[in-house]
Amino acid sequence: MSTSGDIAIIGVGLHPFGRYDGKSALQMGEDAVIEALGDAGVSWDKVDTLWASSMEVKNPEAITGLLGLTGIPARSTFTGCASGGNTLAQAANSLRLGDANVAVAVGLDKHPRGAFSDHPSVSGLPDWYGDLGLFLTTHFFGMKITRYIHDFGISHETLARVASKAFGNGSRNPHAWRNKPLSVEEVLASPVLNWPLRQYMYCGPDEGAAAAVLVRAEDANKYTDTPIYLRASTLFSRRDGAFELLSPSLPSTGEQSPTVYASKAAYEQAGIGPEDVDVIQLQDTDAGSEVIHMAENGFCADGDQEKLIAEGATEIGGSMPVNTDGGLLANGEPVGASGLRQIYEIANQLRGRCGERQLDDPKVGYAHLYGAPGTAAVTILSV
Amino acid sequence: MTAANATAIDPEAVPIAEDLFTWPAEEPALIGGKASDGSVVFPYRASRLVAGKREELEKIELPRRGALWTFTSQVFRPTSPPYAGEDDAKSFQPYTVGYVELPGGLRIEGRLTEPDPEKLTIGQEMEVVVLPFAHDAEGKQTVTYAFRPVDGTPAPKQTKEQAR
Repeated sequence: MSTSGDIAIIGVGLHPFGRYDGKSALQMGEDAVIEALGDAGVSWDKVDTLWASSMEVKNPEAITGLLGLTGIPARSTFTGCASGGNTLAQAANSLRLGDANVAVAVGLDKHPRGAFSDHPSVSGLPDWYGDLGLFLTTHFFGMKITRYIHDFGISHETLARVASKAFGNGSRNPHAWRNKPLSVEEVLASPVLNWPLRQYMYCGPDEGAAAAVLVRAEDANKYTDTPIYLRASTLFSRRDGAFELLSPSLPSTGEQSPTVYASKAAYEQAGIGPEDVDVIQLQDTDAGSEVIHMAENGFCADGDQEKLIAEGATEIGGSMPVNTDGGLLANGEPVGASGLRQIYEIANQLRGRCGERQLDDPKVGYAHLYGAPGTAAVTILSV
Repeated sequence: MTAANATAIDPEAVPIAEDLFTWPAEEPALIGGKASDGSVVFPYRASRLVAGKREELEKIELPRRGALWTFTSQVFRPTSPPYAGEDDAKSFQPYTVGYVELPGGLRIEGRLTEPDPEKLTIGQEMEVVVLPFAHDAEGKQTVTYAFRPVDGTPAPKQTKEQAR
C-alpha cells in the first residue's frame, strides 16, 4: 500500500462512551484531546487550529477554555451523525490550505436519556407531521429494513446476529458501554420497538468524546513512527427520490442513498476498492442499517449479507470485520463524537493496539457514517 | 386514531392542517403540488424551484389508492411534544406507519389503520381515509388522513361532500 495520503493522523484519544452523571460534554472532550495530544507527543500550545462538533453543546469550540486560551482559530461544524467524518475533513482542509500546521479534531456530546426529539420545523417539516407521531427517525430504520428484507431476503436471525456480534465485540473492548455478550436468541427475545427491529437491535444515545491530532504528511515523521494517513474523506447529502429519514413523500425514481455516492467517491479518492479494506466501521444505528450499509459501501451485493453474516465474515477474524469495537450498538451514539470514535478504533487497529480484539496486521481502514437529514460521510485511512 | 373509532367523525370536525386533504368529502383525497414539468410534491406548497426557476405549483388531488411500499410499527408513545395524540403512556395504543406508492410513482408516508405489522404485506392495496385524531385549541375535533388496507371491508363512513 502506498502512503499517498497528504494528511496524517499522529494521535487519537477517546473519552469512553456511556453515562457520566456530573461530567460535562466539554470535560469529556478535554479528556479525549489530552489523550490524543499525549499519543501524538504534541503539547497544546503547538496546536494552531481546532475543529469541534457537538449536537447538544452550541459552541463545542469553547473547549479551548479547558485546554488553554491560546487564541487559535477554533470552529465548530455539525452534520448530524456524519459529523465526525466532516470534522476530521475540516481539520485536514485547514492543513491543506496552509492555515495551520497542527490541527485538532474533537467530537463531544451528552444526550438526555430516551429517543431523540425535536420540533418538526427544525427539519423543515410541517407541524402535523409531529402531531401525528410521524416525526421519529426510528420509523425510517424500521421501514428501510422492512423493504430490504422484502427485496433481498434478509432474515430476522441475520439482524439478531449483527446485534449479537456487536455486543460480543463490545465485551472485548474495555471502553464499550454495552459489554455483556448477548446470544442471537436473547436478541430475538427482546421486544419489538419498530417492526422488525427489536430493543437489542438499536443503539442508544449516550455521552462521550473522541479526538484526533493531524499534521501534513510530510511533517508526520517528526512526531511519530506510526502515522496513519488520510486517504479519502467524502460527504454527500440526499438526492431527490432516495429513501431518507423524515420524508413525508418521495418520488419513486429508484435513486440511491448518499452512502453509495460517498463510498464510490472515497474509493476513487483513495485509489482502492472494497477488496483492499482490512477493517471496517459502518453506521449501525440499528442492526438493519449495518446489513444495508455493507452493500451500499460496496462490500457485498444486496442479499449476500444473509450468507456472509451466517459464515462470520463480519466478525473479528472474518474476511470483512465490521465494527470491531462493537460499533454504535455497543458504544451508543453521542452524535458529535461518534464518527471520531470510529477513527480512534481504526487508527488503533492499524497500529496494532487493540488487545483482545486486534486484527491480524490490517493496513487499510474504512469508516462510514449516515444520519439525518440524509447525509453520508466516508473516511479511508491507511498505514 | 384507530379503526375502532373511525366512524365517530364530528360534523364540525376540522382537518389537522389546511391543504392536506379534501374535506369534507365522501371520497377524501390527499392534496399535492404539481409543477410544469409534471413532478408532484406532497404535502402541497405554494411554490418551489423547478429547473432553476421558482414556480407556483398547481393544487391537485392525488389518487386515492396505491400499493403499500414499506411499513413499521411504533409500540410506545412518542415524545410529546411534538406528538399531539390525546392518549397517555397508559392508554397509548401501538400504531403502524408506512409509505403507499400511488399511481404515477409518488410514495406518501402516513399512519396505517391496521395496528399489527404482521398483518401487513408489501404490495397490498391501500386507500386514503379520514379519521378523528384529537381536538384543536377551540375544542373542535380534528381529523387526519391515514391509509387503510383495501381488503374487502367497506371504508369507514366519510361525510357527504358539501360546499367548503
